[in-house]
Amino acid sequence: MAGAITVQGLTKTFGEFRAVDNVSFEARAGEITALLGPSGSGKSTVLRMIAGLELPDSGSIWVGGEEHTDKTPQERRLGFVFQHYALFRHMNVRQNVEFGLKVRKTLRAEARSRVDELLDLVGLAPFGDRYPDQLSGGQRQRVALARALAPRPGVLLLDEPFGALDAHVRQELRRWLDGLHRELGVTSLLVTHDQEEALELASAVVVMRRGRVEQAAPPVDIYNRPATPFVAGFVGASNLVKGVVREGELRFAGSAVADADHLADGSDAQAYIRPHDVLLTASPVSRSFPVTVDRRTNLGWQSKLQLRLGDGQAIFAELPNDELNGIDEGQDVHASLRNAKVFSLDAGEPPAGPGEGTSSTEGLHTSDEDEVLASRPGHD
Amino acid sequence: MTATQTRQPPARKAAGLRRTSLRRRLGPGVLLAVALAYVLVLLLGPLGGIVYYAFKSGISVVGQTFTQPDVQHAFYLTFIIMAITVIVNTVFGVLVALVLARDRFPGKRLVSALVDLPLAVSPVIVGLMAVLLFGTGGWFQSFFAARGIQVIFALPSMVLVTIFISIPFVIREVVPVLQELGLEEEQAAWTLGASKAQTFFRVTLPNIRWGLLYGIALSAARAIGEVGAVLIVSGSIEGKTETATLFILRAFDQYQDQQGYIVALTLAVFSIVLLIGIETFKRKRTREAR
Repeated sequence: MAGAITVQGLTKTFGEFRAVDNVSFEARAGEITALLGPSGSGKSTVLRMIAGLELPDSGSIWVGGEEHTDKTPQERRLGFVFQHYALFRHMNVRQNVEFGLKVRKTLRAEARSRVDELLDLVGLAPFGDRYPDQLSGGQRQRVALARALAPRPGVLLLDEPFGALDAHVRQELRRWLDGLHRELGVTSLLVTHDQEEALELASAVVVMRRGRVEQAAPPVDIYNRPATPFVAGFVGASNLVKGVVREGELRFAGSAVADADHLADGSDAQAYIRPHDVLLTASPVSRSFPVTVDRRTNLGWQSKLQLRLGDGQAIFAELPNDELNGIDEGQDVHASLRNAKVFSLDAGEPPAGPGEGTSSTEGLHTSDEDEVLASRPGHD
Repeated sequence: MTATQTRQPPARKAAGLRRTSLRRRLGPGVLLAVALAYVLVLLLGPLGGIVYYAFKSGISVVGQTFTQPDVQHAFYLTFIIMAITVIVNTVFGVLVALVLARDRFPGKRLVSALVDLPLAVSPVIVGLMAVLLFGTGGWFQSFFAARGIQVIFALPSMVLVTIFISIPFVIREVVPVLQELGLEEEQAAWTLGASKAQTFFRVTLPNIRWGLLYGIALSAARAIGEVGAVLIVSGSIEGKTETATLFILRAFDQYQDQQGYIVALTLAVFSIVLLIGIETFKRKRTREAR
């Protein structure tokens, strides 16, 4: 049943705006692949083209070895889940789930047992007679999922399926979807701007920005080996430290980061450093550099520390309280880096965070707005 | 989200203050009394008058009026015109509404404005336009005459002007419902395998049904009550091109006042029943919207 999704050279323009620009990737059969990117990155347009709801200007779409590029949505037999559920509001839950079976003239008895099966699967068996406006957001999205799955689609396309739900329900549904996918094994393509959701659910992540693919890789590689500054900044929180390349190293504030061989000697560059890749010690260690702890915010089991480098640059560190060994505000200590990724300064401007609510404080780029707010410096 | 939440309460409070201060100045009962008096005098007064005069010289005239062949024909004609008008305006109204709500094309705003034209133009002028097109020497007169079709002074022109006059109602009711509905439910239906026709009849139509019925009811009421345009194009031939409203005009001309009142009352009752129906739809629709 499950088939891989392959898109090749997909391009789509709306008027002057190039929403999708030569996008190619493959979503492997039976796995969840995430299309991750900020709003306006073209990820939803890609999904809608795969579903046949938009027609590409050029490029091709293959599902399960069959070309779908010019097929109508009806012919593609895909399951599509919309962000705002798009349930038929004049039909009850049963009728919604049954719709895809009815229009394809499935036998009555067969349709009934399939609907029962799906309502059980999504845990909504007692709610068959309810109408969409009598359900919570999470329940509605589960109905939408059951409806999409009812005609046994080859692949499942999910367009920000949890985007309209509050954080708690989102967490719960995410876990539930993970379990459901393990059970069904249907090839799924998930569009999301939530990097956590992508990393948690998907076995492969395609990061998009401005209509182009920035990187397509397993979550671990996306996180630890970002291909571009944008990916480094967008997926997970990152510090930015500027410096100059000398002998294949990025030098800054009396220290250096390796792996800058790809950059010309003497050029300006920047290192992306994860807050939890910063280690602090009271005395100098190999390749460490002196920092001053400007601020410490205790979050219970770990602390966020705002550190000032010798040259005035600021970085954030996140450390378990166990590993702090009494380091606190106002102290001069030594920092070393477990991991850092160097990019040339003109490899791309600092990435925009997800959605409109992007905020960045100097030296810190994070894709989680709340995190920035919680740790904004100088809120005394 | 939080911004709108914090902005809302002061606005509501201000509106509340204004309302109470106006009430306080005028006294609690005055506004109610004015409103009720206005409605009673202007709406119920004339209706009461018609009822009184319709039954003034006894109930026997009522029965006599309804058995008159010209009266029966007038009602029949009014009904036929209303039925055709409603069917045409429903089908094409939904079509135009779909295009106006969904498609983008140059001149869309002009078309949208044109839809309201019949509300702005006097029905008498509409009648005159029809005469210019289909009357002797009119643009299309020779075309239809050559095929033996009588347009002016006959049913076709009467239906035509009535359709023209009631074009806006279905469109104006359906467009906002379609806009609010959006495209997603229909797209969901497509991905589930529903053809365009299945999608329209199973998803779109059920969603716009209350707005559509409201528009149909308004169209019907307008069609029944039409006088000016029909008067000009029909020629008011007794027993042939005389609608119920035209019969009323003739009845008064010929000093058959009571017959006129009886027919008028019948039309009024029909419209009132329709109006109550509309109100029920409206209430049901708002309840559903919630």
